This record gives sequence, structure tokens and C-alpha cells, in this order.
Amino acid sequence: MKYLPTARLDRFLEDAAKLRKIYVPVDGEQNRAAYRLWMPGTVVSKALNTTRSAKDFFFPQTENLVGFRRTEKKLEIVDPRRETEDFAVFGVRACDARSFSILDKVFLSDPADTYYANRRAHGLVLSVSCRRPAETCFCTAFGIDPSAPEGDVTFTDDGEGYYVRANSEKGEAFLESLSGVFDEADEAGEKEARAQTKRIADRLPLGTLPLEKFGGGKTKDLFDRPEWSSLSESCIGCGTCTFVCPTCQCYDIRDFDTGREVRRFRCWDSCMYSDFTKMAGGNPRLTQKERFRQRFMHKLVYFPENNGGEFGCVGCGRCLRACPIGMNIVKVLKTLAEDGNES
Amino acid sequence: MQERLKARARELLGDGVVTRVLGWKKGEFSYDITPAVFESAEELERDFVFDGFCGANLSKYLIQEASKPGKGKILVFLKPCDSYSYGELLKEHRIAKENVYAVGIPCEGMADADRIRARGIDGILGIEHEGEDFLVHTLYGDERVSVKEALAERCLSCKSKRHASCDELIGEEGEDVPDDVRFTEVARLEAMTPEERFEFWRGELSRCVRCNACRNVCPACSCENCVFDNPASGISQKAAADPFEENMYHIIRAFHVAGRCTDCGECSRVCPEHIPLHLLNRKFIKDIDELYGAYRAGESEDGKNPLVSYTEGDVEPSVVNERGRA
Repeated sequence: MKYLPTARLDRFLEDAAKLRKIYVPVDGEQNRAAYRLWMPGTVVSKALNTTRSAKDFFFPQTENLVGFRRTEKKLEIVDPRRETEDFAVFGVRACDARSFSILDKVFLSDPADTYYANRRAHGLVLSVSCRRPAETCFCTAFGIDPSAPEGDVTFTDDGEGYYVRANSEKGEAFLESLSGVFDEADEAGEKEARAQTKRIADRLPLGTLPLEKFGGGKTKDLFDRPEWSSLSESCIGCGTCTFVCPTCQCYDIRDFDTGREVRRFRCWDSCMYSDFTKMAGGNPRLTQKERFRQRFMHKLVYFPENNGGEFGCVGCGRCLRACPIGMNIVKVLKTLAEDGNES
Repeated sequence: MQERLKARARELLGDGVVTRVLGWKKGEFSYDITPAVFESAEELERDFVFDGFCGANLSKYLIQEASKPGKGKILVFLKPCDSYSYGELLKEHRIAKENVYAVGIPCEGMADADRIRARGIDGILGIEHEGEDFLVHTLYGDERVSVKEALAERCLSCKSKRHASCDELIGEEGEDVPDDVRFTEVARLEAMTPEERFEFWRGELSRCVRCNACRNVCPACSCENCVFDNPASGISQKAAADPFEENMYHIIRAFHVAGRCTDCGECSRVCPEHIPLHLLNRKFIKDIDELYGAYRAGESEDGKNPLVSYTEGDVEPSVVNERGRA
């Protein structure tokens, strides 16, 4: 078992940065933390989480897939791909760390998305346990342990430093090449640090949620529930929840004509938008109620149905903080878990 | 105040003056309040809330709610700044006034949970109003914050406690607030060199995620179909196909609502990246005030805004050029 005192975090990052690019959470204006490339002098944020999730590293908001350039009678294909560079992300919390395995189920299932697959293969996830979960955290409701995040390497925070444990061969090799920076420690300290986090996690107001009525096979029970109308009535149809969400994975592919070339790019889409699922024959989701329902049915019913019961939410709580009108998956869950007027 | 609002809403529902009440609904915590339509005294009793966290401006919902056929009148509670948005929407004939019963309510400023969090307070379980302070119960013990420190920026630079348009008032009518600090930040930006200002906005807008929350919440953005949602416009509305695109989105939006923006501040409230979008609009307001005389969008349901009317005293277009050189 290795140990890294907080005072030596900078040295660790400096050494790590010599091996590959390393991104860390950095404080921005008004408590907004964001991942930035670590450079000497970069101060790692102590914020519980970043405003945007860590999914950006593997599934960026916009990426150019291919370009086309025409010169006289020749059509040239431009390859803009650059996703095969090694990098590491430090500071990923348990919620976001789990989100990668959810995204994997979408992007790595046959046929694998090679853009995503390359980034996953070249990225190293260095996760950090939570010391001060927020009231909006509910990862535990989805079976995630904030004291023991997944990832290639887990850093268990005891307030003064980190117990460091590799969980994959990639992580093992990475730690091996940086061994000089760590102390040796026994597992008792790691156990105690985890216990401290668990004691707080047990008191989280949303730590357990009534999930019994959700999951695969529940479409018929939930789809026509009358509560969808009142739940969605004040939704303004923005994409905030979907854009801060670590597991939202829908995208659109479009062509952008720069005048000199055409760039075919992929960008995040949002089921909250009126043109989502718009197709030649029209749009099957005509009002915000249907769009709103889609988002929650996807996470709570359709995704588990197609993925062995795993829910498509990791309880990071970003949407609870970001929604302009204070509506969110927790309120949806709690409202629909009540008996209601089921037929 | 909450009980007075509830009582009045019950009365108006009971008397048949209105069939529905547009108000605010309790959340999981003290701060995650949701706009909601209440149809019965029981619903009001169970969920209606009015406290220092009801920042959401309800006026835009009236475009839809007041146009539901056969639904009758809807009661809406409007804080002073919300009533300007309502007034502007009436002026633009976007709300069927005959289907609305607007009740003006006083406002002492609305708190913002993120301002409390910015003071290093996290794990907020509950917030109680105690005199000048908020007593904040958290997972990590109790904390105290003065109400003023928790107020949203827009409330610290409130323009008026006086209502623009409403059918009835609850409480005393307030007064205009002098614009002492409202334009301080705009003036700071004006004092910058063009390069500094460009850098400032490039930096702020670089955080934009194009979630469109600012547009969708904005009472002045009431187009049925936004130009940015039209794929034939050559603009990609979901993500920046080009690094300048989200900047252009905000600039176009600011121009489009110029003269109609009431400075309600919803754009900045809802921005997940806390971009101070209201400053773009406030710059237009300051310019209009300076070039055409003091004007407040939404203050009156009649008349024209200075940007769409002509008077002989209007400034010449060259003023832009001259000001640019100043």
C-alpha cells in the first residue's frame, strides 16, 4: 500500500506530467471547478466536484470526425483524429468514475465507437475518494461507494494525504514508474479513511431512494403515469441537465461548411431539445412532457433494461444544482414511487 | 407573507375569479424551488411556498398558461422585477391579458444557494431566516450567513421595488431604487481597452456549454422558433462548431432583446457556468438611457421602445463611431 502526503501532491503531479498529460480540477470563478491541464504552479481544487463532468475527456462536447476538401476535381479526405495521445485525469470522484463504465456499455458495445475507444485506451483515471459529500449527492442510492471510487488508480483521502491503490494493469504500471514519490503505508489507515467517509455518506438526505418501481420491464407501469404532466410543466426545455450529466450520451452528427472545407463533427445532443429525434416523417415527441419523460425513462428504465439492470444515473447531483427550475431525477423518482393512479 | 399569498389564492380560487394559480412549489431542500400551477386549495396547502428563494420569474410561463383554451383565468404572483417582464410581454401582445389575474407581491431580494456555497458552506440541509441572517443547517454543523451576503447579484443591484403591471397588490407598494451600483460593472468594462474587453468576454463566454438555459428562461426571448434552432440558418445550436460560435450566439441574443430586456437577471441566475450574461443586456440598457433618455422596458404596456421608434431628437448613427473612438 502506498501513501502520498498532500504536501507531496505537486511533486507527484510534476513527475506524472513528464510521463503523460495530466488534468486536474482547478477552481474557477465562484466555486466553479473545471478540469485543466496541470502545469507547474497549478493549484488543485478542493471542491467536491467539477461543474462539468469528467465524461468530456472520453466523449467531448464537440469533436471533428472527418473533413472533406475539394480542389478542382479531387475530393480530399482530411483526417483530424488526435485521440491517441496518452493522458491522465486526477481527481475523478466515485460518481464520475462509475459513469465511464456506463458510457462503455454504449460506446464499446459492437460496433465499438473507435473515437471513444481510443480515448479510453489512452486515458488513465486517477480517482479520489470523497471527504465531504454534499446534500445533493446520492451515488450510494445506485450502489456506488464514495469512499472507494473505481478507476485505474484510487486515491483514498484521509485529510492529510492519500492511500494509493492501483486497480488495473495500466494503473499498476503508472504507479511503478513513479514509485519514488510515495511512502509505504499499511491498509489500516486506508480502512479508517474510508470509514470516515462512510459515516457521512450514511447521513446523506438522498442516500437511499425508492428504486423498486424502476428498472427493466417497468415501461408499461411508468410510461403513462399522469404525474409526468405536472413534473414536466415548468421544464423550460434547456439542455442544462443533459450537458452537466456524466452519463448522458446522446449525440448528433452534422456537417459544418467553413467555406474552404466541410467538417463532419459530432456534438452532444439533448433529449430536452425540440428537434431531438426529428426525422423525415416528423417528430414522435411533440411536447416537453414527452421529451422530459424520455430523459428519465432512459436512465431509470430503458438503460437498465438493456444493460443487465444497471441504472443510467450515478447520483452525482449536478443536475440538482444546475436545473434552472429546480426539477430533477430525485423529484421524479420520489413522485413516481408513490402509488399514484396506476392502472 | 407566504400565508397571506396562500389565503388570497384560496379566496380567488374559491370565488371562481381564477381557475389556477401560478406560484412556487417546495423542493427537497430550501433552495430548489420549482414554478408550478396549483389547481386546488389542497395543492396550495401542501406545496405552495413563498420565501427568500423564490427567484424564478413566473411571467414567461403565462405565454402558454394564458393561452390554454377553455382553461379560464390564471392567478400569477409577480415580484416587482417579474412585473416588468410581464408588462413587456403584454406590450408585445405575447400574453392574453384577459386570462391573467396578476397579483403584485413585495420582494426583499432573493437568495442564491451558490452564494452561500461560495462562502465555503456545503452540505446544506435546511435554511432558516432569522432576522438579518440565514441559519444554515448542514451535514457538517450549523452556519450563519447574513441575508445580504446570500442575495443574488441582481438583487444587490435591484432597480425597483415598485410594480409595473398588476391587477392587485399584496403589501405596500415599494419605490424605485437609485441606480447607484447597477451600472458599476458595466462602467468597469467600458473603461477597459477594446482588447481587454474582448479578452474578458472571450474568457467568460469560453465556458458556455450551449445549454440554451439563458435563452429558454428569458422572458424577452419569446420567439416560437429561435433562429438558433433553425438548422437551415447555417448555425449549429447545440455545440460550437467553431470557437466563435457560442460568442456569436450570446451577442445576437443580446442585440435581439435590446430595448425589450427588463434586466430581470434570469439569464445569469440559470447559467450553469455563472457567466455574467446580464452585463451584455445591461450595457444596452445603459446606452439606451444615455442616448435616448431614461427608459425602462416593461414599465408600461403601451408605447414603443426607443429602438423601434423615431423622434427628431434621436442620436445620429455616427455616435457609435464617435463613442468607439472615445
